[in-house]
Amino acid sequence: MKRLQSPDELLQLQQKYKKNRDERKTTISVCAGTGCIACGCEKVITALKEKIKKEKLDKVVEIKTTGCHGFCERGPLVVIQPDGIFYQKVNEKNIAMIVEKTIMNGQLVKNLLYRDPTTKVVIEKEKDIPFYKNQKRIIFNKNGLMDPTSIDDYITLGGYKALAKSLTELKPDEILEEVKKSGLRGRGGGGFPTGRKWETCKKAKNDTKYIICNADEGDPGAFMDRSILEGNPHQVIEGMIIGAITIGSDQGFVYVRHEYPLAVKNLSIALKAAREMGLLGENILGSGFNFDIEISRGGGAFVCGESTALMASLEGKVGEPRAKYIHTVEFGLWDKPTILNNVETWANVPVIIDKGSDWYSSIGTEKSKGTKVFALTGKINNTGLVEVPMGITLREILYDIGGGVPGGKKFKAVQTGGPSGGTLVVETADKDVHQSLVEHGDIQDDENIKSLLDLPVDFDELIKAGSMMGSGGMIVMDQDSCMVDVAKYFLNFLMEESCGKCIPCREGVKTMWHILDRITKGEGKMEDLESLEDLSQVIIDTSLCQLGGSAPNPVLSTLRYFHNEYLAHIEDKRCPAGVCKELVAHAIDETCNGCHACVKPCPTDAIIGKPKELHRIDQDKCIQCGACYQVCKFDAIKRVRTDEGDAVQVKAKQLWQSHSPKKTEVVM
Amino acid sequence: MTTIKVEKSYDVKDAIDKIIKKYNYKPTALIMIMQDVQSHYKYLPKEALELISKKMKLPMAQIYGVATFYKTFSLEPKGKNHICVCTGTACHVRQASIIIDKLERDLNISVGETTEDGEFSIETVNCLGACALGPLVTANEEYYGNMTVAKIDKMMEDLKKPKVNKVKREEVV
Repeated sequence: MKRLQSPDELLQLQQKYKKNRDERKTTISVCAGTGCIACGCEKVITALKEKIKKEKLDKVVEIKTTGCHGFCERGPLVVIQPDGIFYQKVNEKNIAMIVEKTIMNGQLVKNLLYRDPTTKVVIEKEKDIPFYKNQKRIIFNKNGLMDPTSIDDYITLGGYKALAKSLTELKPDEILEEVKKSGLRGRGGGGFPTGRKWETCKKAKNDTKYIICNADEGDPGAFMDRSILEGNPHQVIEGMIIGAITIGSDQGFVYVRHEYPLAVKNLSIALKAAREMGLLGENILGSGFNFDIEISRGGGAFVCGESTALMASLEGKVGEPRAKYIHTVEFGLWDKPTILNNVETWANVPVIIDKGSDWYSSIGTEKSKGTKVFALTGKINNTGLVEVPMGITLREILYDIGGGVPGGKKFKAVQTGGPSGGTLVVETADKDVHQSLVEHGDIQDDENIKSLLDLPVDFDELIKAGSMMGSGGMIVMDQDSCMVDVAKYFLNFLMEESCGKCIPCREGVKTMWHILDRITKGEGKMEDLESLEDLSQVIIDTSLCQLGGSAPNPVLSTLRYFHNEYLAHIEDKRCPAGVCKELVAHAIDETCNGCHACVKPCPTDAIIGKPKELHRIDQDKCIQCGACYQVCKFDAIKRVRTDEGDAVQVKAKQLWQSHSPKKTEVVM
Repeated sequence: MTTIKVEKSYDVKDAIDKIIKKYNYKPTALIMIMQDVQSHYKYLPKEALELISKKMKLPMAQIYGVATFYKTFSLEPKGKNHICVCTGTACHVRQASIIIDKLERDLNISVGETTEDGEFSIETVNCLGACALGPLVTANEEYYGNMTVAKIDKMMEDLKKPKVNKVKREEVV
């Protein structure tokens, strides 16, 4: 590849690529994000390549392995352009059919098309599927159209145009002005205005400055940064170069999670290609400006998502954070002024520069501009990545895009912001939640409060509601999730991830976990709830960094909205969701049809019963492992209070005998 | 605890030298150097750490600190079949704990341990980012999605079958 000598040469090349591109050419794009790879898309790609070759179609059909399309639930995904025909859950055996029917004869393979689970309507095209239709993709729009390992694809789609503009039309001050005017706020969690961060760093007097991209996405249940790096690494690189031009930096780092091997691979390929073309390294596009980027693989520590800890880790040290009053924009990596933004924030920069701050700030709400990518996971029909304009309501995200809670179960809460956000948005109009708020003393009994689900998603609105945007994980929970257990889960996570430097976090979180552990085992006391609130306040006030400072959030928010569930655990010794093992007994009720499926998975041979007869769980033998609950297709396994197991089974026996006289030989 | 024979000392030297050279002796690359050593041996042998300390002129205390701080590192040898259960929030609400209990019960070890014959080890990971497939398990870096207790049995059967690449791995250790 020839090195480009000037921004003009880049734009000419772009024109040439665009002209040579045949828009009508049949392109089969197969999603090869981590989600689809885990579903076996590699076999699909191999089969597809073989079949296309066999049918001698390789001249007229192009196969593209792209980054994540977002609809992970339905992977592996195959999209046929230019029409946008969308095939889901494709396996290698379907390939012959797809090629023969769709590619060669223009017919659809009906059983691979998406069928809307609620309306049962079959949808042909990607853009018409509710999951995609209701999104607004300005960061993710290129993902499905390009091969992440091809710099040519990125350039064809308008890539590096913003860089050319930053080197010719705009002066560094003007770039800064654009970023400030766009209203872009950090997408990593806090929502700090990006332009202001850049400005302070630009003003700091030092010959050496650094640019860092935080790709150590530590929040469990969030994976948008990974998908951007995997699917479109050049957009992040371009954003970082523009940032470097603005503040005058010659070295950048991408700190990426070791658990994301594909992101590391695609990013390395992209960096190499950018260097070869003269877009990165010395004398970028003949401008005399030098900037290079190095990859640093993190060692898997949640606290390294915190900026000062991340910088310590980059220096090859233990990732311990330091006090916040020394700002990293002035004294960051090796005590030099440093800008640290996360992947999604960097990916926004080229879009802002290319389309202008006016266009960008027309999207979103007054104080939150642009779009936000969320990872929608947990108990939701359409798991995947969604990019939505700021200001959309949670209801729209969860129901219009996410398709609601599966299996007709009741929505309980959605958790945002990861463990450090640890906060919940609940249906406040819900009876149980309402009751909890009354008992907790937050509202009066006759007070009617608006459902939080109708809240616009916006940095400030969410904080006002006691939640936060966070990095974009949205984990949906239904009636089967125990909120005490969820709070305990987050504390356990934070306890393990606490770096141990300051006492409130190291000891305080541990103590809180022990209290919750007691509660989930049925050994809780009413005073425990008070202790939890007291401890929380101390930890919030005295922790060194935000990991500790926000650690009590999951407890405080669940205490507020699900006070009743805590009471059930403490006073009734009952876990309403049936999750806490020590408070649960498994029992089979009358819905059992004797399918016998639960017998084999039982590790202790506690299930007794012949095929086609009512089964029964021996309460003494059962260890509450939940294996039978998982396999039962008829919802006959009930999780009840420890002393209610026998009663349920006795009643089941009576009902069976009275309803079906033939089935009297119930083994009891 | 299992003991896996470490290569003869000159081999260790060669391997470590190669890895350190790849990163130009940069102290910033310490974590990545140790990751490469770990993927070579499947854990961090003491000799290797001492060599890194000597070659890179870094105190052993710093290296030990890094080795014990980050989750990816292990000072104990791992099993030939490395099973990793995702305990991200999405997997947790889809009951990853049942899967962990099942594995612990069947292999008779706890998370973080290796079976006596050195065949299996179980670990947990915070999030693998394939939340649509939760609960998710990886075995030797291969993904097994939407796991149930029954599917674990099947996975274990697969893992117990003799494999071609097993020979290769034995050559390394």
